Amino acid sequence: MALRQTELRPMGKPVGRKEDPRLIRGKGRYVDDVMLPNMLYLCLVRSPYAHARIRRIDTSAALAAPGVKLVLTGEDLAQMNIDWMPTLAGDRQMVLARDKVLFQYQEVAAVVAETRAQAEDAAQLIEVDYEPLPVVVDPFKALEPDAPIVREDREQKSNHIWHWEAGDREETDALFREAPIVVKQQVRFPRVHPSPLEPCGCVADYDSARSKLTFYVTSQAPHVHRTVLAMVTGFPEHQIQVISPDVGGGFGNKVPVYPGYVCAIAASLKLGVPVKWIETRTENITSTHFARDFHMTAEIAAREDGKVLALRVKTIADHGAFDAAANPTKFPAGLFSIVTGSYDFKAAHVEVDGVFTNKPPGGVAYRCSFRVTEASYLIERTMDILARRLNMDPAELRLRNFIRKEQFPYRSPTGWVYDSGDYEKTLKLALERIGYEELRKEQAEKRARGELMGIGISTFTEIVGAGPAHTFDIVGIKMFDSAQIRVHPTGKVIARLGVRHQGQGHETTFAQIIAEELGLSVDDVLIEEGDTDTAPYGLGTYASRSTPTAGGAAALCARRIREKARKIASHLLEVSEDDVVWDGTAFSVKGLPGRSVTMKDVAFAAYTNVPEGIEPGLEATYYYNPPNLTFPNGAYIAVVDIDKGTGAVKVRRFLAVDDCGNVINPMIVEGQVHGGVTEGFAIAFMQDIPYDADGNCLAPNWMDYLVPTALDTPRWETDRTVTPSPHHPIGAKGVGESPNVGSPAAFVNAVVDALAPLGVEHIDMPIYPWKVWRILREHGVTE
Amino acid sequence: MKIRVKVNGRWYESDVEPRTLLAYWLREDLKLTGTHIGCDTTSCGACTVLLDGKAVKSCTVLAVQANGREVMTVEGLERNGQLHPLQSAFWECHALQCGYCTPGMLMASYALLQENPNPTEEEIREGLSGNICRCTGYMNIVKAVQTAARKMSGESQEALEEVAANGASAD
Amino acid sequence: MFPNAFEYEAPTSLDDAIRLIREHGYDAKVLAGGQSLLPMMKLRIAAPAVLIDINGIDELKGWREVDGTLRIGAMTRHAELEHARELADSFPLLSRTARWIADPLIRNRGTIGGSLAHADPGADWGAAMLAAGARIEARGPEGSRLIPVDEFFVDTFATSLNEDELVVAVHIDKPTGPVAARYMKLERKAGDFAIAALGVQVELDSNGRVAKAGIGMCACGPIPLRATKAEAALIGQPLTDETIKTVSRLVPEDADPTDDLRGSAEYKRDLLRVFASRALHEIAEELKGKVGGQ
Repeated sequence: MALRQTELRPMGKPVGRKEDPRLIRGKGRYVDDVMLPNMLYLCLVRSPYAHARIRRIDTSAALAAPGVKLVLTGEDLAQMNIDWMPTLAGDRQMVLARDKVLFQYQEVAAVVAETRAQAEDAAQLIEVDYEPLPVVVDPFKALEPDAPIVREDREQKSNHIWHWEAGDREETDALFREAPIVVKQQVRFPRVHPSPLEPCGCVADYDSARSKLTFYVTSQAPHVHRTVLAMVTGFPEHQIQVISPDVGGGFGNKVPVYPGYVCAIAASLKLGVPVKWIETRTENITSTHFARDFHMTAEIAAREDGKVLALRVKTIADHGAFDAAANPTKFPAGLFSIVTGSYDFKAAHVEVDGVFTNKPPGGVAYRCSFRVTEASYLIERTMDILARRLNMDPAELRLRNFIRKEQFPYRSPTGWVYDSGDYEKTLKLALERIGYEELRKEQAEKRARGELMGIGISTFTEIVGAGPAHTFDIVGIKMFDSAQIRVHPTGKVIARLGVRHQGQGHETTFAQIIAEELGLSVDDVLIEEGDTDTAPYGLGTYASRSTPTAGGAAALCARRIREKARKIASHLLEVSEDDVVWDGTAFSVKGLPGRSVTMKDVAFAAYTNVPEGIEPGLEATYYYNPPNLTFPNGAYIAVVDIDKGTGAVKVRRFLAVDDCGNVINPMIVEGQVHGGVTEGFAIAFMQDIPYDADGNCLAPNWMDYLVPTALDTPRWETDRTVTPSPHHPIGAKGVGESPNVGSPAAFVNAVVDALAPLGVEHIDMPIYPWKVWRILREHGVTE
Repeated sequence: MKIRVKVNGRWYESDVEPRTLLAYWLREDLKLTGTHIGCDTTSCGACTVLLDGKAVKSCTVLAVQANGREVMTVEGLERNGQLHPLQSAFWECHALQCGYCTPGMLMASYALLQENPNPTEEEIREGLSGNICRCTGYMNIVKAVQTAARKMSGESQEALEEVAANGASAD
Repeated sequence: MFPNAFEYEAPTSLDDAIRLIREHGYDAKVLAGGQSLLPMMKLRIAAPAVLIDINGIDELKGWREVDGTLRIGAMTRHAELEHARELADSFPLLSRTARWIADPLIRNRGTIGGSLAHADPGADWGAAMLAAGARIEARGPEGSRLIPVDEFFVDTFATSLNEDELVVAVHIDKPTGPVAARYMKLERKAGDFAIAALGVQVELDSNGRVAKAGIGMCACGPIPLRATKAEAALIGQPLTDETIKTVSRLVPEDADPTDDLRGSAEYKRDLLRVFASRALHEIAEELKGKVGGQ
């Protein structure tokens, strides 16, 4: 149960959320709630073909339709010089297709009308004459020499985008040559979509009299959006105000800039009135960015006693029609090289090749720190295959190979320096809490009776909090983050941060950090994010980076305030600064605890009674460049039962033990784990976006792209261990994505474990009932 | 077409195109933006309101079909400045994150408790199975509905007022 | 996400409704619960010029029993049938099927008549009505007629209704002997259309042998299909393990499923077998001791 917000020393406590009062009253303000005078509505016309030449676009009927104010095509945008926009990965993407379309549902034209319905009516009147071209949807076929070329605008006339590798090939190969045991498995991580409940959308409001563009947008990274929009439109950055109001979930989907945004801006610039574009769910799934779609092959070399030696990974990454993956510039495959996971490999070599296909672009970090989910799934799946090959318990194999706690800081074979962890403790806690030994006994009894029960373990390591600015940038912008704290005369605080929450509870947790540092209560601190006119520049909220970066900035910024406050306190207490001590809630005189002043007293003095030589006021800004990433980790265990008649899998129990370092608000951490495991569950059992040979999307809406309801979702059990991050100002690591990164492998490992007596080593996600049924019937198991 | 609809206890008159969906009429004509829209296939329930006391997806009802009828939206839950026990339970139990599903969840929960004041966990999950939440994993939503059911069925008025006044009350 | 513009009619009498249907013909669509039609209109898969809303016609609501037959008004909502305790003993398939349809919010709007007239082969009522041996009452300008459910479905989204006819009710005979039923369904997620589903109703004679049997299959053909061979094999038999085994294997023989995202045809056939076996075992268990004791 949530605590009141009025207590001092709120750190680590389940403080009730400050954002809730408006949200439970239906008084949140999401982008579609922004309704401005004279506002028009934009509807996009999309391609029915996955690959086709555009011969002609006839907009005349649409222009004549009731209420229509403007029709835009790629040609119109070209005249405005905004027909291309940069992607997050440094490629460029057509805003509205010219010459040819590269994927089904690609944006071809935009209609602006007085009402949404009129815009949709008119969009149907736009006639596009297409000449269908050969389509390539399979990334392996895309690499064949005679494959249709997706991107004729690029110099390089092939569908291969880039090759990337990490680790030491020679050392890895040498270890493989010597190793007595080698396991190999090809694994696909399906194409999935973050699908936040609120689709993407915007309102562009160009005010010509003030030469100002106000842009309301569903954005996880409003400052970056402003910079990109300034680059695309040529509109001066300081005259663009990006406002990301309440955001209805993001999960990575709301990091990129989408063509609909640029079209709305172009329309508002042309018409001088506000223009709203809100995508439908179908548009969300079929055109705004997907995640994963990695085809991976892993090999582990090991000794007979189970000690792992080397890891070799080859991956084909299907990026769709544009290289738009949300990855730091130097890392085209993100942080995929974390693939050695929680295990002490001597060497590793990882290769990834990016490929263009006639599918929507993407590769966003869906509740994941840049391809870490793919990596974590791969290593956890392959470790289970190794355990099976050695006939060893998968928990035992993990315990034998964990990086030991005394090895931290630990340099991985692919070059990461893990900050801290105690993997053995975390797994042992999980085994004990779930009753592992009893479950194995139960399983043995059930197997004897022909029943199918499985136990799956995943002991993952995340890598989050990008990033040290010298290594990480997005479109050139270094990945720091920021906080600005202003203490008012009455001791009330407004703090603004460069990130933008979408449900993570920053208004509460960042208030807890600042209140803790300043000896105030959460009630005293107002957190504001998402307005580029007021907040300091930051890179945004994704990849579990808010707490590691902006959380660090908040703490250090508050400490900067406290240092100034100490000077004022010494003046108020009439002692030297050296004799002033801070006890967490007040400054007092060393040795005289009765003589003290609170932060509120100091704040008042900062405006009314400033000592000589001290600047009036009490505020600070801090741009925090973290020295390293943080490495949250956990041990997850799933228990499943399989229905032999239907192939349906029932998740009987699931326990998540997380180590995300020091915890700011355990209630919120638990909520993040519940939500992330639910998304991992959906990925393991329900979600895929398949395309037919012609590139038609077969799961374009929530009828076929399956999102679980309360009835589908199992009950989750949670627990924690705490290994603080040694370099983070408050020892926190971030948690939002761990449950989505760590859980898919636990679910799949459990199902494969249940089917192990049949000799099954792997099943690709999503594990639909028919897949299990087919395996059962192939092995003669039936009801 | 002229319609007259009672929304949250008050009659509204309006001239609407027949194709206007109830959800959009509430949001754009009445500016009751608590009713959200999350999909285009009647899948998500973010637009759930009560129509003559029954929970319905207002994106799949025409505004003209509400003519002469009574609608209750999330904005109608709070009475005389007091949060409904479901609202305070959602707050206390951390049953919302991004908040976008919350109005629909609250209205579906409200209808569920009207019909079944003391539901089991399974009945709550079934009762809310027309509403999608992408953030919470439903655990705390179930807990909040159970908590609200207890509040509504027996706890002292004092406790209720305490909750209403403080929302996230000490527990 | 917005329907096309249309003319809206809301008749309050059946006669007016039929007159409007006749007047507008194929330009018109009848709006019952709207839980399939409105989504199709929003996606502009359907774009009627005239929408005839029959929600205001009281004659189409509710149910009554006359001379051993239950007559359910076409505008009866799924949720009403789901919660109709008074119908549970004699008409067990109603509640058992209704609870599987979509989700509780959709069940508050969707209607039995609308669902049947829409004739989606993945809809649940078709299979259940086959199992219950229902007749569909259609009303046109010339009056009413009863269409046996076996003759009602013609093809996917097509029925034997005339252009100017409206489904006004569903008729189900009240069983005379001990009766039990099951509706079994596998979905990809809660609220989804079936991968495959099966409605089974069995009525016993005084000797405990099967007097009447109805088995309807959902999502396993272009229309809801009856497991004729399996039904025939049940008649006159006691519900022994052996009978159930034999009958369950016969069920898929009358199915005509296709491969799709939900699974292969072979998978769906096997689900039907598994469901038939489970349903009949449960029915046998439920009916144990109900024979002769009444």
